[in-house]
Amino acid sequence: MARIVVVGGSLGGLRVTEGLYAAGWDGEVVVLSAEEHAPYTRPPLSKAALTAAPDLATLAFKQRPEAGRAEWRYGVSAVSCDLDARTLRLSDGTDLSWDGLVAATGVEARRLPEVVGTGGHVVRTYDDCRALQERLTTGTRLVVLGAGFIGSEIAATAVRLGCEVDVVALDDVPMQAPLGREVGAAIQRRHEREGVRFHLGRGIASFTCGTDATRVTLEDGTKVEGDVLVQAIGSAPATSWLAGNDLDLTDGLVCDNDLRIEGRRGVVAVGDVARFPNPLIDDVPRRVEHWQMPMDTARRAAATLLSDLTAAVVDTAPFAPLPSFWSDQYDLRVQSFGSLAVADRAEVLEGDLDDEAVVGYFRGDDLVGALLLGMPRQMVRVRKMVVAALAQRQECPRDRDAPAAGGAA
Amino acid sequence: MRVDVDMDVCQNYGQCVFAAPEVFDLDDAGDLVYQGEVDDASRTDVEAAVMACPVQAIAIPD
Ligand SMILES: Cc1cc2nc3c(=O)[nH]c(=O)nc-3n(C[C@H](O)[C@H](O)[C@H](O)COP(=O)(O)OP(=O)(O)OC[C@H]3O[C@@H](n4cnc5c(N)ncnc54)[C@H](O)[C@@H]3O)c2cc1C
Ligand code: SF4
Repeated sequence: MARIVVVGGSLGGLRVTEGLYAAGWDGEVVVLSAEEHAPYTRPPLSKAALTAAPDLATLAFKQRPEAGRAEWRYGVSAVSCDLDARTLRLSDGTDLSWDGLVAATGVEARRLPEVVGTGGHVVRTYDDCRALQERLTTGTRLVVLGAGFIGSEIAATAVRLGCEVDVVALDDVPMQAPLGREVGAAIQRRHEREGVRFHLGRGIASFTCGTDATRVTLEDGTKVEGDVLVQAIGSAPATSWLAGNDLDLTDGLVCDNDLRIEGRRGVVAVGDVARFPNPLIDDVPRRVEHWQMPMDTARRAAATLLSDLTAAVVDTAPFAPLPSFWSDQYDLRVQSFGSLAVADRAEVLEGDLDDEAVVGYFRGDDLVGALLLGMPRQMVRVRKMVVAALAQRQECPRDRDAPAAGGAA
Repeated sequence: MRVDVDMDVCQNYGQCVFAAPEVFDLDDAGDLVYQGEVDDASRTDVEAAVMACPVQAIAIPD
């Protein structure tokens, strides 16, 4: 019987497995999951799940019955893969051959080499969350390295738990890269009102980190001390198991618009690890590390595999999913639609950044995305506005022959 | 068919509204409102909403 192996058993791996059976696959599916747990949702790990002992049962995904037809191997990872011979070497020492392959390995939390083995935390998995949660009690002094979404969310959660929180980052404002300076600065003011201290725009000169004490010295001599250190300094796509296949692994797996890895038949990627062009935006392949994307890419990748491996006729419309994400910090819901990453300018369209606002993100004159700070009533309308603007651009692109931003395809 | 949303769990993310607009909506305060009893024709959309909800708040009890 023909076999599809799904490497990675989280949101992307689960949804692609369901999608394969739902689309009519009648062969085998084997899911390899490096983690010991059934698939669970990660967004709460930096938010509600940090406030009390996290409960795996409530984090676990609802699964379609089809998911149970697959063979799930927990605690087993892919060590290496030969794409020409169509075989995998697994961490338990066995080999597994396949007819179709799905890369759903997501990303790993980046760690500073100095912190490895010292008791410094990261938050990517349930186990990470539980380990940090146990340390966050009233009065704990927490040092957060990194001021992206995850660092900012952890800071917000911890300060509300009564911790003293210091955030250290190279950027000048939190969430600078995804949201821009002005919006980042406004969110920083909210954090400061809650008592979070920021040390931004400076590198680290030296630091020591242990299980119970951490001390960071910044380039300008500032010293930041704490009891617990958490690193939220970004992520690295988990692709080392595909090394040796002559693939471009500089930033995830480069896919075509049908999610085939470098155009190879029967080999697809989904979720955080997949770098694909989205005609809604432009033709530059990009990774999108947001919760909605594993589901959208899984549906398309399942269809692509079925058409490569069987005679199934599939959707040939361009794959153009709407990127979206949300983040919760205090009582503020931050929600976006479209691609803020490609914008060169942000403009407040409604409201006030220090209260509630709708912010438009533009590339040249074109609206490419929008962000809501609060304003839940406007969500449906703003999403429609972005969808309409992107659809119109797609029909009559102004910048087709302009060099695409972000380069390196 | 019946649709249940655990309103203690729901965080008003609105993903269900995009998946099944005929069943789910956000009211003027931004809170979720939905129909508890819907036509079977909406089943696919409601199933998509179950999958799309980030906090697993939606269930189809039958
Ligand atoms: C703390 C946190 C908060 C977040 N908050 C938000 C949010 O508010 N909003 C939002 O939109 N998104 C959020 N996200 C992002 C969202 O969770 C991800 O986009 C999503 O989890 C991606 O799913 P995935 O299946 O592609 O990858 P992952 O969830 O990373 O899963 C990949 C799986 O593959 C396994 N694996 C890796 N290598 C191998 C191997 N060689 N063999 C076998 N298995 C392997 C990994 O162990 C992992 O289980 C958050 C993420 C985190 C960590
Ligand atoms: S998707 Fe889930 S959390 Fe969001 S509004 Fe619907 S039920 Fe509530």
